Amino acid sequence: MRQSIVVALNRTFKHWSLLPAVVLFVALTIFPIANLVRMSVSTIEFAEGQARWTFTPAHNFSLLLADTVLWPAAVNTLVFVVVAVAVEMALGLGLALLVARLGRGKGLARTIMVLPILVPAVAIGSMWKLMYNYDFGVFNQALTALGMAPVNWLGSTSVALASVILVDIWHWVPFVFLVLFAAVEGVPNDVIEAARIDGATDAQIVRRIMIPLLKPALAIALIFRSILAFKTFDEVFLLTSGGPGTSTELVSVHLYKVFFEENQLGYGALLSLALIAAIVAFLAVSRGALAAGRSA
Amino acid sequence: MPLTGRGRIVGYILLGLAVLCVVGPFLWILVNSLKHQIDIFTGAWRFTPTLANYSEVLFSRRSDFAGNVLNSAIVATASTALVLVVGTLAAYSLYRFEWARWISGAFLGWTLVFHMIPVLTLVGPWYIAFRQLGWYDTLGGLVLAHVTMNLPMTVWLMMAFFREIPPELDEAALIDGCRPLQVFRLIALPLAAPGLIAAGILAFIFSWNDFAIALNLTTRDTATVPVAIARFAQQYEVLHSQMAAAAVISTLPALLLMAFGQRFIIQGLTLGSVK
Repeated sequence: MRQSIVVALNRTFKHWSLLPAVVLFVALTIFPIANLVRMSVSTIEFAEGQARWTFTPAHNFSLLLADTVLWPAAVNTLVFVVVAVAVEMALGLGLALLVARLGRGKGLARTIMVLPILVPAVAIGSMWKLMYNYDFGVFNQALTALGMAPVNWLGSTSVALASVILVDIWHWVPFVFLVLFAAVEGVPNDVIEAARIDGATDAQIVRRIMIPLLKPALAIALIFRSILAFKTFDEVFLLTSGGPGTSTELVSVHLYKVFFEENQLGYGALLSLALIAAIVAFLAVSRGALAAGRSA
Repeated sequence: MPLTGRGRIVGYILLGLAVLCVVGPFLWILVNSLKHQIDIFTGAWRFTPTLANYSEVLFSRRSDFAGNVLNSAIVATASTALVLVVGTLAAYSLYRFEWARWISGAFLGWTLVFHMIPVLTLVGPWYIAFRQLGWYDTLGGLVLAHVTMNLPMTVWLMMAFFREIPPELDEAALIDGCRPLQVFRLIALPLAAPGLIAAGILAFIFSWNDFAIALNLTTRDTATVPVAIARFAQQYEVLHSQMAAAAVISTLPALLLMAFGQRFIIQGLTLGSVK
């Protein structure tokens, strides 16, 4: 009996080994997304722990048209992603090129740089909430010591978004650094030696040799960071919850509020579908761009 | 080519600045977690360090934080163990056996897309389904959600490590009379052990750190560490000292794993970008 089970397990190994992952994906990702479609044309209310669905296709679309927060949230998200990722790429690349040329300290630099990536984003939010505090945060202590007026980092509509972007930059420059540093270390030394012997300056080596050779790693860091930045939720929720007003409201924070604070499950589903469509479109475009870049 | 002379000095100064920028916030919160609330409010630079915040957060009867730590540990451990089993089997299957292109393509393509979409879009449907199934507000439900969240990363990492194994080894073992399961257990798995460690460490950390899922699928009794910290930060009167102590505690697993498994973590985080 036991023998025959073993034989059967061996014969069907190929199939049953993939099965749990497929089941998990179907049950917890594909089915929920199919469910989003159904939710997006419904109104869902909970009565005595049971969900009550009513079919109201027009209702959610009218909510979409009447949503005055969505547009500011989309603009904020765009600003957030573009500014944060651009700064992260520039600083990360600069740091990777620099550290690669230092004889010692590479290991230490790498160890320190991994830390922000690994600790909970909520803990990072807590750190910066303390540092940004109007009354006793380190920034305002420094400003007052220098004789300048304190700034309401998280509470003023003109500064809050920049403050939140700074936290994201602090959080993710190290990731760009790690990815690019691994790639820089992979560039063969003799290529650079040869260029130097031919009289190339440092700037020329970076622009004409390093950056072209690093292109695949740069592209991957850029795509990864763009999408992760687009998904940012934890720190912003902790720091400002989207406020003051809508000045740091990101699409993700807005989605959370629609789903879980306003309990608009149907409208939330509609927003979710739109988001997923946007991501898939971005992936398709960037894949095309990557492929074009590789063949060029 | 290493920098020399003045360039080297400037280089080290810049690196020192970068390191200071990264470490500074950690030190700031560590220092604040050792202050009484009053010393935080006055922004005192000289103060008597105290562990009162830690004992308040961990042992006070008014605080659930010890329970939150336990919840996080259970969920992270269980979801890591599960995702390693499911993900490693799937990765081995895709690497070792001839699957029709559309199947492997659809599977791997979907892992990519799923990894990229904001998890909040799925938490809504999960919330509804879990409530109906009675999984809402249970550690088991959260474990399943975290396994799903970490599955793409695990499959990619393990596939990359399996690909490093020379196929001749498998073939030789098969010719010597090994059954497919034995080949997997006795040859592929031991050789891919560094991958298991890397994927395991990262899965544990990502599960421990998750906020968006745990926030919406748990309530008071099942809340995890990040949810608890957010609660400190969002009360009407922010409990700064306890928030600081809780945040410091929440970083400990990452620091510990970093101390023992740095090589695997960096390999895991940068893999795929280099190849």
